[in-house]
Amino acid sequence: MIDIVGRRRWYFLVSGILILVGIISMIVSQAQLGAPLRLGTDFTGGTTMMLNFSPPVEQSVLRDEMTRQGHEGALIQAAGGGDFIIHTIQITSDEARDLAGLLGDELDSEVSVIDYRSTSPAVAARTARNALIAVIIAAVAMMLYIVWAFRRMPSPFRWGTCAVMALLHDVFIIVGIFSLLGWAAGVTVDSMFITGILAVVGYSINNTVVIFDRIRENVSKQLRVGFATTVNDSLVETLGRCLNTALTTLFVLLALFLFGGATIQYFVLVLLLGVIIGTYSSLGISSQLLVVWENRDWRSLLPFASKAAK
Amino acid sequence: MRRRSTYLLIFILVLFGFTLWTITPLDRDVGGRDGLRLGLDLAGGSYLVYQADVSDVPPGERRDIMEGVKQVIIRRIDALGITEPVVQVQEREGEYNIAIQLPGVADIEEAKRMVGLFTVLEFRELDEAGNWTPAIGTIDDEERVLSSRYFAEDTYVNFDEFGRVFLAFEWNEEGRKLSEQITGRLIDEPLAIFLGDEPLEGEDGNIIAPIVRDVIRDRGVIEGLSLADAETLMRFLNAGRIDVPLGRWAEEEPDVFEQDVPLYEWTVDATLGEDSVERSVRAAAIGIALLLVFMLVYYRLPGVVACLSLGIYFVVLLSIFKLIPITLTLPGIAGFILSLGMAVDANILIFERVKEEVRGGRSLAAAVEAGFNRAWTAIRDSNITTFIACFILFWLGGELGAFMVRGFAITLFIGVALSMFTAIVITRTLLRLIMGSQIVTSPAAYGVARSETKAGDSR
Repeated sequence: MIDIVGRRRWYFLVSGILILVGIISMIVSQAQLGAPLRLGTDFTGGTTMMLNFSPPVEQSVLRDEMTRQGHEGALIQAAGGGDFIIHTIQITSDEARDLAGLLGDELDSEVSVIDYRSTSPAVAARTARNALIAVIIAAVAMMLYIVWAFRRMPSPFRWGTCAVMALLHDVFIIVGIFSLLGWAAGVTVDSMFITGILAVVGYSINNTVVIFDRIRENVSKQLRVGFATTVNDSLVETLGRCLNTALTTLFVLLALFLFGGATIQYFVLVLLLGVIIGTYSSLGISSQLLVVWENRDWRSLLPFASKAAK
Repeated sequence: MRRRSTYLLIFILVLFGFTLWTITPLDRDVGGRDGLRLGLDLAGGSYLVYQADVSDVPPGERRDIMEGVKQVIIRRIDALGITEPVVQVQEREGEYNIAIQLPGVADIEEAKRMVGLFTVLEFRELDEAGNWTPAIGTIDDEERVLSSRYFAEDTYVNFDEFGRVFLAFEWNEEGRKLSEQITGRLIDEPLAIFLGDEPLEGEDGNIIAPIVRDVIRDRGVIEGLSLADAETLMRFLNAGRIDVPLGRWAEEEPDVFEQDVPLYEWTVDATLGEDSVERSVRAAAIGIALLLVFMLVYYRLPGVVACLSLGIYFVVLLSIFKLIPITLTLPGIAGFILSLGMAVDANILIFERVKEEVRGGRSLAAAVEAGFNRAWTAIRDSNITTFIACFILFWLGGELGAFMVRGFAITLFIGVALSMFTAIVITRTLLRLIMGSQIVTSPAAYGVARSETKAGDSR
């Protein structure tokens, strides 16, 4: 039998490192950009547009020309096929079309505005606030639900807490990765990012519940063996299902990520990361935390502490 | 048990046949079956959100006035020949926003101009050349156009003693002066009512232009309208009594209202939409193909059953999207694909359970039953968490006025709900029938090596 529970220090170590990298990245981002993530125009106000250049132009040439046109703060991302996504200060759709015309004249290319989005700062502020509220409500609602679903177990509150810890772990790591992408690769987050995060919240808990359900069943069957063994049995029994489900979902999401186009690429990336990390955390975090809590083995959370006597 | 399965199979086949009929063809209207409704990120179009300046409207009347404003805007957009615009009033913390979705609009600037116009209706008279020109009077040497702004109170529709419909109005003091001058010189002449540059028309398509019969001072009535026309006119006139400028409050100076500047604007070119449709369909096809191959190779016979029930799932889901109808957006497609993953999940949960039961020494038929029963709590409990996430997303989408977020939440919700149905009803029925018919009896067909079963242990 595979010993999953016995290696929990390693999971905690890996997660600890990922979270630490995320925190460092957010500090760097805060220092460089003034926010832990590179916020898109949905959150800051401004204009995001997609321009199509036919024939295509070089990104560096476009950047220079944008600076010449007074948009030195613009963030430009190539989206392939002569398409560029540009985030800049708020301009009207008329101004956007004029700008496209000027760029076309200067760069000898046919330019059209194929996607134009303009958000007022007031809306942006409310979006940011509501997004935060939504994530908090989601975490609390999930917790309450699990406490209710496991109400017949001793200390249902503990199950809920462990599941939510894993959930926050997932969200934190994804936010960390996007923070890193933000200052390293210019990736911005928008309201679809929040949507993706909330979907991940649902998915991550979904996985955890399947495993918890099995632990619940096995606890009532195996009264003699220790809790750690029961959890390990449950993990091994559900391992096939967890990996297969993750795989099938990854197939479709990966196809969407690779071939679905630039518009929703980062949204799909959030979902992809969510499936991977959510599967990992339901095996390596939520169930392991249950064991730690049950055995009061808090020292095992620290990777380098000496092993507690069994 | 056999009989029940047979009935269920018939039900499944009928459901499949019906839904297949409803979704074909996908892109056109045939026999009342609308095409799939595409959101503006897929079809191209514009989404505009304006704040309404309701400072001149008494708080108690704001909701009614906004409803009137909405009607006026729909009327204007219809005049542009745009099909299926969606106009919504969003009320939040005492503020009113108007959100307008314009699918496939070619000239967004024209649409914005039309929307940004005042809601006030003007009265116009015929000049010598036969053109409608604003009916002008003078107050204190100042020329003014007679408009719906000068009504003293809301107009209303009533019937006279002969059962004929009339619309009654009352001018305020300024309105009385203007009306006296204008109707005084227009006896037996028509007076039309204009919204921007468009005259109001009755149901019969004729311009509503009542003939002035007498000088109107304080009160007057308009007769000869159909009941429907009178009520439409009443709504428009009442909405036009008070200016409700659309635009946004300036960021730095909260007292300055920037008229005609949308709070939020999003325009997608139709070519980008087409490209997105093409790409996501291709991506979904590749992903689904991979998924089916995996299921077949790994789970064998149940894999075939899962593929069949996923096929049914796919058709039923598309049919639901068409029939409700649900507007399909890019995030919606992602939600759909995610729900497909979850539909597979329910099947996998069951099959893994069945495998375990077979390894535990049960007969195949018993293993299938036990597998379903044991997997059910996990399927139920785990999907409820996704439902919770969907509800919160739906709320968030409403708060943001972001139909994209809502689109994702709705498709994911419907997809997951349907996936539970597919796994529990369709997969189960198909597997039971195969068990019962004794066509396939080898555990190997279920992905369990013979040596793994308890029977195999007793060699």
